[in-house]
Amino acid sequence: MTYLILIFFLLLLMLGAAIYAIVQKDLLYAVIATGVISLVLTALFYLLQAPDVALTEAAIGVALTTIIFIITIRNTVRHEDDYNKKDDLKSAVE
Amino acid sequence: MKKFIVIITLATLGFYLGQTFYELGFGDARFEHGVKDIYLEKTVSELHVANTITSIIVSFRGFDTLGEVTVLFLAATALGGILYKRRHHVGDRSVLFSASRIVRSGSKLLFPAVILLGVYVFVHGHLSPGGGFQGGTIVATGFLLMLLAYENFKVSHHVLSYIESFAGIFFVLFGLAGFYNGGTFLENFMPVGTMNNLFSGGVIPIIYILVGFKVAAELTGLIYTVLHEKD
Repeated sequence: MTYLILIFFLLLLMLGAAIYAIVQKDLLYAVIATGVISLVLTALFYLLQAPDVALTEAAIGVALTTIIFIITIRNTVRHEDDYNKKDDLKSAVE
Repeated sequence: MKKFIVIITLATLGFYLGQTFYELGFGDARFEHGVKDIYLEKTVSELHVANTITSIIVSFRGFDTLGEVTVLFLAATALGGILYKRRHHVGDRSVLFSASRIVRSGSKLLFPAVILLGVYVFVHGHLSPGGGFQGGTIVATGFLLMLLAYENFKVSHHVLSYIESFAGIFFVLFGLAGFYNGGTFLENFMPVGTMNNLFSGGVIPIIYILVGFKVAAELTGLIYTVLHEKD
């Protein structure tokens, strides 16, 4: 029973992090939230007795993917609104 | 004329491939009870490997692993090809910026530990969870840490490509040696030893170590290409 409650709690945490990543306008926070999804998924894989998959998820999902997204953000824009504001200005001038 | 020869060659190749696949009969019920029991039984009785997943990935489904490694190689090559043109036009612009002293000192302390963990994971692939892919990724993460901390940390592309190529070549050579000794690709032809020893499992640990080196070299090269727009 405790096992089921723990898994349910972790699933809810993943769902919450995913929703936060979609809603959040600051892309850096969104990327960290995706990292949190991977972290919780690692714990979930371990609980489901798949340590091999858990190791892969920890190395690729938490470390590599997050870092590559952060580098991308550094080279582009950090806030989701930055592009939309430009569009608004354009439409206002027109 | 050239086009004609190409069409003829492709048609011949396609015909024989199609015929082979037709005769194989995909989707026929060839196993009555599935293969899971055979895997579980043969891993312990024949291969003497503690980790069943490793024995499936490297031995029973070793050819698929060769395909996976090839896919990773192709992806890394394609990324390098896409970024090659840009790197030479943009000029000397690194996307990195200098890290603080705390980050630099911490990375220097952590780097050997991360590399050791990665090597441990792929050397012990047949005994504990993990293996070539996981260990290689952990090693690449260690290099990523150093690349982020030190702007002028250099990784030689030549050394990386040599490691990658030799690991791939030895993978195929061990597979062909299985052909020569046992009759099938990646047949386990070396003595398997006693279970739970480091030197056990025949060719399985050797191949997983090769996969680990290959994945580590590929991912490190990939990260280096992304981080530095010019060599």
